[in-house]
Amino acid sequence: MSISGIEFAGQQAVAAEAAEGVAKIEGRSQWQLTWRRLRQDKVAVGALIVILVMIVLAIAAPAFVAITHHPPDTAYPIQGETVAGNPVPPGTAGFWLGTDGTGRDLFIRILYGARISLFIGFVTTALGTAAGVTVGLIAGYFGGVIDTILARFTDAVLAFPYVVLALALAIVYGPSLPEMIAVIAFFSWAAIARVVRGQTLAIKEKEYIEAARSLGAGPFRIMFIDILPNLLAPVLVLATLYIPTAVVFEATLSYLGLGIQPPTASWGNILEDAANFYTVAWWYVLFPAAALLITTLAFNLLGDGIRDAMDPRTERVLAGARRRRRRTKLTALVDRAPGVTAPGGN
Amino acid sequence: MALLGFLIRRILTGIVVVWIVASAAFLLFFARPVITVARQLAGRAATPQVINEVIRNLGLNQPIAVQYWHFIDNLLHGNLGFSYFTGESVDTMVRQDLPPTASLLVGGLVLWLVVGLAVGIISATRARSVFDRLSNVGVLIGLSMPTFVIGELLILYIFVPLNEHGIKFIDTGYAGPSQGLGPWVGHMLLPWITLAAVQAAVYTRLSRGQLLDTLGEDFIRTARAKGLSERRVIFRHAVRAALTPVVSQLGVDIGQLLGGAVVVETVFSLGGLGQVSVQAIDTDNGPVIVGFVVFAAVFVVLANIVVDMVYALLDPRVRIS
Repeated sequence: MSISGIEFAGQQAVAAEAAEGVAKIEGRSQWQLTWRRLRQDKVAVGALIVILVMIVLAIAAPAFVAITHHPPDTAYPIQGETVAGNPVPPGTAGFWLGTDGTGRDLFIRILYGARISLFIGFVTTALGTAAGVTVGLIAGYFGGVIDTILARFTDAVLAFPYVVLALALAIVYGPSLPEMIAVIAFFSWAAIARVVRGQTLAIKEKEYIEAARSLGAGPFRIMFIDILPNLLAPVLVLATLYIPTAVVFEATLSYLGLGIQPPTASWGNILEDAANFYTVAWWYVLFPAAALLITTLAFNLLGDGIRDAMDPRTERVLAGARRRRRRTKLTALVDRAPGVTAPGGN
Repeated sequence: MALLGFLIRRILTGIVVVWIVASAAFLLFFARPVITVARQLAGRAATPQVINEVIRNLGLNQPIAVQYWHFIDNLLHGNLGFSYFTGESVDTMVRQDLPPTASLLVGGLVLWLVVGLAVGIISATRARSVFDRLSNVGVLIGLSMPTFVIGELLILYIFVPLNEHGIKFIDTGYAGPSQGLGPWVGHMLLPWITLAAVQAAVYTRLSRGQLLDTLGEDFIRTARAKGLSERRVIFRHAVRAALTPVVSQLGVDIGQLLGGAVVVETVFSLGGLGQVSVQAIDTDNGPVIVGFVVFAAVFVVLANIVVDMVYALLDPRVRIS
């Protein structure tokens, strides 16, 4: 065997080892990286679990009715009310969380309220995000007159005395679920549109967009296939933070009597009725309020977690390598987005 | 001169915005069957003749274009119309209902600015300290808490127990400053805290974020390199530059809240523009709703103009053009 032969075998072994090493360090997409970082964030994972539990409870509400034999709209004037006609406390006569003002099972009604709140939260956010992304992309990409009109319209929606207008719309078109979804969605697209427009303005000047254009890609292909994926990080974070805003909005409208109408249970109208009993039934106020707070808090914590996880610089901070003085673009972008910071109005 | 031109331009665009909002609100309420309103006014047992008379009296039988023309004409003369039910001038109603709203805003504003800015500045200068983490938790709770829940909890755990023990200082309903400082504070304290709780969270997050950004800027390093004390660097250099977005948020909030803080006013039954407009919505009182919306829009527009002026004063990099 010649020396070169040995060398050759050695090189082969090195190459094989290298190949194995390469196989171990496979490329990770941004989503994989985000997911890995998010998994290490205990608070975000906890928030995610809370949200999943809420969703499961909401979906399983009929199963709990089967267990307790208390349908959501059925009143129990005998077992469910005291002699004076007040709600009975938790644990009485099979009412796990007590009863409400008309002797209905509070626990079951909170579960059914969760169905409404989560449904509205997800649907309005999906609608608002889709509309906001579309308007933002079109305004930012085409520019010129289209941009001016869309941007002014966006500003006008943001500047409206929106609580009063939302209330007005609610009453004119009659309080109903579709009406409420339309109202909340109408007031949630503008902030996303503004953020997306700003980002699109910057991205459309990049070389790869020029390359796409020179390959003959049409404007809509460029907007939705080439630009949109680069905007997903802020949009996803904003959307997560809008869900609690929508939940609070729904609760506020229902609390004011302009949202979901009784007997259909919603956290807002449960709390509205509970206000009449706050001297005699603490549970009637506390449990629905806690459900509402836990849900919105979980979404806010998850949104913050996703934001940090999508931030490439967070890793060092989590590792304690360096104190982060300056926030990254994504954090600043999300923090400055209007609407995220003003939930449901005062 | 540049300032005057800027002002004139902003006022003109402001008038356009108010006109758009007014027209939208008007069409929303009047471009639809009015029979329900008339029926409500005429009472349950009203004959068709009576209902028709009511419609005629309210001018609702005229074509929508004519009604719109009357509305705009009145608006230009500063007349917001008359309530369907009491016949009261909406102008008078606005004047009567503004004090509770303004009272609420003034006290709440002071409270949320002091708390929000103080916590925000301390958090930013001690980023990732225990204080910062705790304040982050507080901010998230504040942002997640619906305003009406805070109000209800304050009533349940402060107003009710105090009242039971015979302490009548804290009270619901409205008392103006003209009734004495004591009653005013007593009536307004819980509403102020309620309003400020959510707002302080918003301002803490905003000022902390802005200040963190600013502290990373080159001019801060320069200021430190000059040997300035940390206090001077933070308060004279950093906070001033970081305040601009806070001011713009403040303008938007003042404008929106002067139009009525619907939830807080309703929870504590203060009266005020917000609560009265909800009542008007409930009774389908078109002129009152439209009048209040127009009034609110004027405040939003005015606040935005003031914000732009203050911007230029605070940040030397901003030029009015």
